[in-house]
Amino acid sequence: MTTPVLQAWRVSKSFGAERAVDQVSLSVQAGTATCILGPSGAGKSTFIRCLNFLERPEDGYVFIDGDPLGFDRRGDVFHEISSRRLARQRQKVGMVFQQFNLFEHMSAIDNVIEAPCGVRGVRRADAIEKGMELLRKVGLAHKAHSLPRELSGGQQQRVAIARALAMEPRLLLCDEPTSALDPEMVHEVLNVLGELVAEGMTMIAVTHEVGFAREVAHRFVFMERGAVIEEGPSSNLSVDGVREDRTRSFLEKVL
Amino acid sequence: MMMTTPSDPTPPPGRGSDGVAPSLGDLDSTTRRMRRQVGSKFAGVVAVAVLAFVVQGLVRNSALQWSVVGQYLFSSEVLSGLWTTLEITVAAIAIAVVLGTLLANMRLSKNVVLRVVNGVYVWFFRSVPLLVLLIFAYNFSLLYTNLSLGVPFGPSFVTFATKDFTAAMTAAILTFGLQQAAYTSEVIRAAIVSVPRGQAEAAEALGMTDWRVLRRVILPQAARLAIPPIANETINLCKSTALVAFISVPDLLYSVQEVYSRTFQVVPLLVVATIWYTVIVSVLSALQWWLERFMNGPSRSGRARLAARETL
Repeated sequence: MTTPVLQAWRVSKSFGAERAVDQVSLSVQAGTATCILGPSGAGKSTFIRCLNFLERPEDGYVFIDGDPLGFDRRGDVFHEISSRRLARQRQKVGMVFQQFNLFEHMSAIDNVIEAPCGVRGVRRADAIEKGMELLRKVGLAHKAHSLPRELSGGQQQRVAIARALAMEPRLLLCDEPTSALDPEMVHEVLNVLGELVAEGMTMIAVTHEVGFAREVAHRFVFMERGAVIEEGPSSNLSVDGVREDRTRSFLEKVL
Repeated sequence: MMMTTPSDPTPPPGRGSDGVAPSLGDLDSTTRRMRRQVGSKFAGVVAVAVLAFVVQGLVRNSALQWSVVGQYLFSSEVLSGLWTTLEITVAAIAIAVVLGTLLANMRLSKNVVLRVVNGVYVWFFRSVPLLVLLIFAYNFSLLYTNLSLGVPFGPSFVTFATKDFTAAMTAAILTFGLQQAAYTSEVIRAAIVSVPRGQAEAAEALGMTDWRVLRRVILPQAARLAIPPIANETINLCKSTALVAFISVPDLLYSVQEVYSRTFQVVPLLVVATIWYTVIVSVLSALQWWLERFMNGPSRSGRARLAARETL
């Protein structure tokens, strides 16, 4: 088996006395999509934010293509690296947020080319060309010069996906990408994500869309109270298919 | 109440459910008449009348000596004072914005030492009256005869006498700049804090360095929020600079004082100063209006340019 794109090893994160994520491990192979399901407050979002160090895990490690994130391993010692080097590592991991978080003062295309131009030093003309291609892919080339506030939620999220893809990440993290959307817009975003998975994008998504998890993703992880309760192929995602009672009772409520 | 029947396919446009209108009578033939706002109009008339009285009082009052006002309004002495006032204002606000941004970031830093230094700075400059600071700065050479750059309690590399340093003008600019920085830093801090956290997170997730996140994402958005209060402070600062007359900096107020101490035409010369101050503030207000508009439609012109370029 090849080196997984992402490996989380006993990742833990507390807020005060509360253990939000408790020794969660996860391994994701290239070209697969994994959905993280679970009731709210299960630590799903905190865990996915640990995977690119938006939350710093106080314990455990995250490996991207075998390299520890935020650390430099020399023998048995993990040395914390500078924020500048962490920033460079983060280029490999794209992220899509629940609230889109588009840069409000920039047009859609400027949002998309900001990191390629500013971080990777791509020539502006090349970045625009590539950016327009990405916007076309998410069906928003005609909105390239609109500001985020002029776009609907679904459109903003699709621009945000294009922005993440512009950095050509090895892995795309999606933190509840459709939870802030009106019902009729959920579809357009899930369609885009589904296409990406079909093209072989490696993806980890925290979602409440069990249908998406079952039909599009390859694997699922069910979390509760900061821990992984069950993990398996997404084809098992049905009341009869899952092993654990807790997963079953969750699915009974949401399906 | 009548119900819409299936045999009645589409209701006529402009009416909700058919069957309601008939019970209300024929509304098509009605017109509407709005209230006449009598009280508001009366208040307007009163305000104009009061204004007319005030203007008459100013124009007809011989003590104002409008001919003297006209004589000195563009005199070289007054204009040079005006220029000095502008210089102090612009230099001080420039210092305040740059230093204020730095201080705001110190305050928001994770480093306790930086936060404490910022706290002490803001506390000190907000505690001491501007005039006291100004006179202190002017007499700085009495406190410290030499300024030197070097290691604290160790060797010094550069030393210069403060007599040259405390030219009154420098003292004035530094005093206003340093004190204004304390206030401006609080404005900028508030603006930075009100940029949603998600903006920085999205930028970090894209692999931007901290400095780049600040420069490209946070500050441009904070600037939009900070500009109205900073413009307000600039206007305030411009008028406060009149205090430099205390340390004999020949600003607008000082130069009219110079004139009226010779000619005893106190009131008309104060009118000259007043006119120029209102002109400065009007220009600053216009600038603020333009800046706010510019910031609120940041990429509008840019987008137009881009769109034009791409259609070519």
